[in-house]
Amino acid sequence: MIKRFVALVLLAAIGAMFLTLLAGYEPDTELNLTARYYADHTAEDIGAANIVTAIVVTYRGLDTLGEVTVLFLASTIVGLVLALGRKQEKNQRALLPAGELLTTGTRFLAPLIMLLGVYVFVNGHLTPGGGFQGGAIIASGALLLLLADPLKHFSHGLISTVESFAGIFYVVIGLLGLFLAGGFLDNRFLPTGALGALFSAGAIPLIYSLIGLKVGAELSSMLANLAETEEL
Amino acid sequence: MSILMTTMTVVLCLAMIGAAFVAINGKSLPIAILAAGLVSLVASVLFLILAAPDVAMTEAAIGSGLTTFLFFFVLGRVRGGEQSGDEND
Repeated sequence: MIKRFVALVLLAAIGAMFLTLLAGYEPDTELNLTARYYADHTAEDIGAANIVTAIVVTYRGLDTLGEVTVLFLASTIVGLVLALGRKQEKNQRALLPAGELLTTGTRFLAPLIMLLGVYVFVNGHLTPGGGFQGGAIIASGALLLLLADPLKHFSHGLISTVESFAGIFYVVIGLLGLFLAGGFLDNRFLPTGALGALFSAGAIPLIYSLIGLKVGAELSSMLANLAETEEL
Repeated sequence: MSILMTTMTVVLCLAMIGAAFVAINGKSLPIAILAAGLVSLVASVLFLILAAPDVAMTEAAIGSGLTTFLFFFVLGRVRGGEQSGDEND
């Protein structure tokens, strides 16, 4: 009873807090100082048509490196925890086979989903989306494969090789920016090209492709680890 | 924002709150998982209306795609093949 009362009081307090925020809300009529700088300088400095990508990969590239590291740690720990509980003998209970609709649909859809993922991260500097989104789309393709055939085994060697090389080259490209251009993860050691072209914006397509592969490999390895664990 | 967009936003927000309510109070776990996925899906549409397509893509792919299926995956694993006695609640 006391517990419920405390919860209600807390809820009311949070509600009052948000209500004052909402009451004092006025939409900005113009961009603030930082946003204005990014909006004005991205096209000529970075050469990326998508300003969000320019901020995520170049202006705030170090944060993105940190995010990728956090994701890597999470996927490593999931693998570690699940490997401890994994039983040695495989296939001890027969799983129900997936339905005809799912298997046929997977054969048709999985390559298309993977292709969409690659498209999203290769075009990250031109259209909305980028490495994280593309990687998540690739992982959902891998998930579809796992759903259609639960006994399918992904090659963990391949996944970890892709993951490690993407991570190493990400840092190497960052260092190249440090030595050849303005600073760590500066994209301008490659020509920035014409605004809006596929091969433009310097190293951004390269970096985003590596991030896409890395995120896709990490999420897929998490799913594969889950699928291969017999009992949680 | 035009009157149409405002109406759509309000309807979507109400749908989101309703789905969240179902996710918390629903009797069956699969329906709760689906409702939680629906919350993310509506959120991604709202992000799109607020002119943030990058965030909308992330929310749609991870929030409503991967997480929903991950929950189903784990649900299937936890229940296992054999029927245990404590499933009648």
